[in-house]
Amino acid sequence: MSAVGMPLGREERKVLFDPLILNNPIGVQVLGICSALAVTTRMDKALVMGIGVTLVTALANLAVSLVRSYTPGSIRIIVQLSIIASLVIVFDQILKATLYELSLELSVFVGLIITNCIVMGRAEGYAMQNGPWRSLLDGIGNGLGYSLVLMLVAFSRELLGAGKVFGVTLLPVVSEGGWYVPNGLMLLAPSALFVIGLLIWALRVWKPQLQEKD
Amino acid sequence: MEHFANLAIRSIFLENMALAYFLGMCSFLACSKKVETAIGLGVAVIFVQVLTVPLNNLLLHYLLAEGALSWISPSLATVNLSFLSFILFIGTVAAATQIVEMAVDRYAPKLYATLGVFLPLIAVNCVILAGSLFMQERDYSFAESVVFGVGSGFGWAIAIVAMAAIREKMTYSHVPDGLKGLGITFITAGLMSLAFMMFSGIQL
Amino acid sequence: MPQRESTRYTILFATVVCVVCALLVSVAAVSLQPRQAAAARLYMEKNVLLAAGLLEPGSEVTAQEVNRIFDERIRVRLVDLATGELVAEDKMDARGYDQRKARGDPATSRVAPPNNAGIGRLPNLGVVYFIMKGDAVDQIVIAVEGLGMWGTIYGFLSLDRDTTTVRGLTYYDQKETPGLGGEIANPKWQALWRGRKGFDEQWNARITVIKGQAGAPEVDPLRVDGLSGATVTSNAITRLMQFWLSDNGYGKFLKRIREGTKT
Repeated sequence: MSAVGMPLGREERKVLFDPLILNNPIGVQVLGICSALAVTTRMDKALVMGIGVTLVTALANLAVSLVRSYTPGSIRIIVQLSIIASLVIVFDQILKATLYELSLELSVFVGLIITNCIVMGRAEGYAMQNGPWRSLLDGIGNGLGYSLVLMLVAFSRELLGAGKVFGVTLLPVVSEGGWYVPNGLMLLAPSALFVIGLLIWALRVWKPQLQEKD
Repeated sequence: MEHFANLAIRSIFLENMALAYFLGMCSFLACSKKVETAIGLGVAVIFVQVLTVPLNNLLLHYLLAEGALSWISPSLATVNLSFLSFILFIGTVAAATQIVEMAVDRYAPKLYATLGVFLPLIAVNCVILAGSLFMQERDYSFAESVVFGVGSGFGWAIAIVAMAAIREKMTYSHVPDGLKGLGITFITAGLMSLAFMMFSGIQL
Repeated sequence: MPQRESTRYTILFATVVCVVCALLVSVAAVSLQPRQAAAARLYMEKNVLLAAGLLEPGSEVTAQEVNRIFDERIRVRLVDLATGELVAEDKMDARGYDQRKARGDPATSRVAPPNNAGIGRLPNLGVVYFIMKGDAVDQIVIAVEGLGMWGTIYGFLSLDRDTTTVRGLTYYDQKETPGLGGEIANPKWQALWRGRKGFDEQWNARITVIKGQAGAPEVDPLRVDGLSGATVTSNAITRLMQFWLSDNGYGKFLKRIREGTKT
C-alpha cells in the first residue's frame, strides 16, 4: 500500500469517486436513508442538507483519523460521537445565523445528521483505519454520493409535485394560471421511498453485480 | 386525560416515526427480514425511547434551557445552554442503550445474539434522538414526554414488525432481479406509509 | 505518557476531547448568537411588512430597508391583553419584545381561558404594529397563533383602521403538510382574505374558513375559501383567528380603538 501516495493518485481517486455511484451510501451501503426522505421536497433543502452532511462527514473523518492512534479502544465510539455532534452543532449555529428561513424548515433534521449512519459508519469503518488525507477524501466522496441521491430525489419531487426546480417554475401550475396539474403524491412523504426504490432498481439493472441473490 | 390519549394516538399512528417521518430507516430496512428479530428490536427501541425522552426533558428544563439553572442560584438565570442539547441528548441515548444492551444480554441472550450489532446501533438510531429533538421543539411537559416516548417507540415497533411480516410473505413472490431485497422493500415501505396517511384526518 | 489502554490515559484523553469540543461549540454559539437573533427578528419583521402589504411576497429585503420602513411608517406598541390598554411608550421596548418567550415565562404570562384553538398560555402583553399614513393610523397588525395539525401556527393579521376589514395576513411559522395545509403560507391563498371582515354586525368574531369556495369579499365577507384536502388545518385557522379577535385576544383592544379611547 502506498503509504503517502500522490495527493490524487489512483487509490485516492477511487476513495473519492467510488461512493458517488458504485458504493453509493444510500443506494448501495443502505446508510443515511432517514434524513434523505424528509428533506427532499425541495431542491434547496436537499442541497443544504447535502452540504451539511458532506462537511460533517469530511471533517469528522479527518478529526477521527488524526487522533486514531491516540484514541483508547474502550471509548472510541463516544469520542467519534462527540466529534460528530460538535461539528453538527457548529453547522446548525452557522445555518441559523445565515439562512434563517431554511433552518426553520430543516428543523430537527440538521440535528439528526449526528445519527446519520453515513457519518458514524465512515468514521468507524474507514477513518479509524486510514490516514487523514484519504479519510478526508472518503468523507467528501460519501457526502457527495449522498448529496447526489438527495438532489435526484428532490428534483423529481419538486418538479413533478410543484412544477418548480430550485423555486423556478418550469411547469406552470394550474393554481397559478398554468396548465400543469401537479402530482400531489410527490409532495407527500411516501413518494421519496418510491423514487429511491426506483433509483435502486435502475442502478442495479445498470450494475448487475449489486443485485441481491436469494 | 383526553389530551394524553390524543398525543398517544398521534405519536403511534399519525406521526409514526418510521412511516411518516422516515426515521430509523437503516435498522428498519436491515432488521425487518424476520418477524422475530423485528419484534425483539422493536421492544428494545421502546425501552430506550421511554428511558431517554423523559430524562432528556428533565435535563433540558433543569440544566440547559434559558433560566433553567436558577434553582442553583438566581444569578445564573440568564444562562442559556440549549446549544449543548444535541450533545447531552446523544449522551443519555448512548447510556440508555448501554443499559438496555446489558439487560437484554442478561435476560434474553438468544435475542442478544440475533440482534448482533444492531443493539448498540440503537444509540445512533434516528428515532431515539429525534424523539428527544421533537420533545424539545414542541416544548412537551414531563408527562407529555413519557406519553410521547412510549407512543413514538411503539409506533416504530409496529411499523418494523409489519414490514417484517410483509417481507416474509414476499419471499414467495416473483420479484424482478433488480428490485429484489432493498428495492422492493423501499416500495413496500412507501405503500405502507401511504396507508398510514389515512389516519391524518382523525381528531379525538 | 501512560499506556493507551490504561484508565488514567483514557480519562485524560476523554477530558481533552471534551474540552476541545466544548470550546469549539461554545465559541461558535456565542459568536454567532447576535447574528442569529438579528436573523430571527428580521424574518419576523419581514412578515409584519408582508401582512401589511408594504412588501411584495417573494421579494428580498435587507435589514436596513426593514429598519427604514419601520422608522418611517410603523409604530410598535404593546397591549395589555386583559384590559385592552396600550402600554406607555417609554415603559417598555415594544420592538424588542419577544412575545413567544413571554408566553413561555410564568412571570409574564398566564394560563389561557378554555379555548378550542389549542392555546395553553397567554402572554400578558401582546404586540401591535400601527401602520401609519402620515399622522393617521392606516392599518393595525396583530400577532396570531394557534395549534395546527402538526404544530403551532404563527402569523400576523393586518386590519384596517375600522378594526374589522382584513388588509392582509401571513402565516410565517407552521409545520402543516406541504402542498395541503402548508398552503396557508401561499400568498395566493392569503390574498383571498383581503377585504373580508373579521367581525359581524354585532362585533362577534365570526370569520370562518369554509369547505369549498366562498363568494367575493363584498357579498361574502365572513367566509374564506377552504384549502382542499386540508380540513384540519382550515379549521385550526378559523379557530385561532376567532380567538385572537375575541375578547380573549386583542378584542378588548380593538374595541377601544373603535370607541376612540386609544392613546
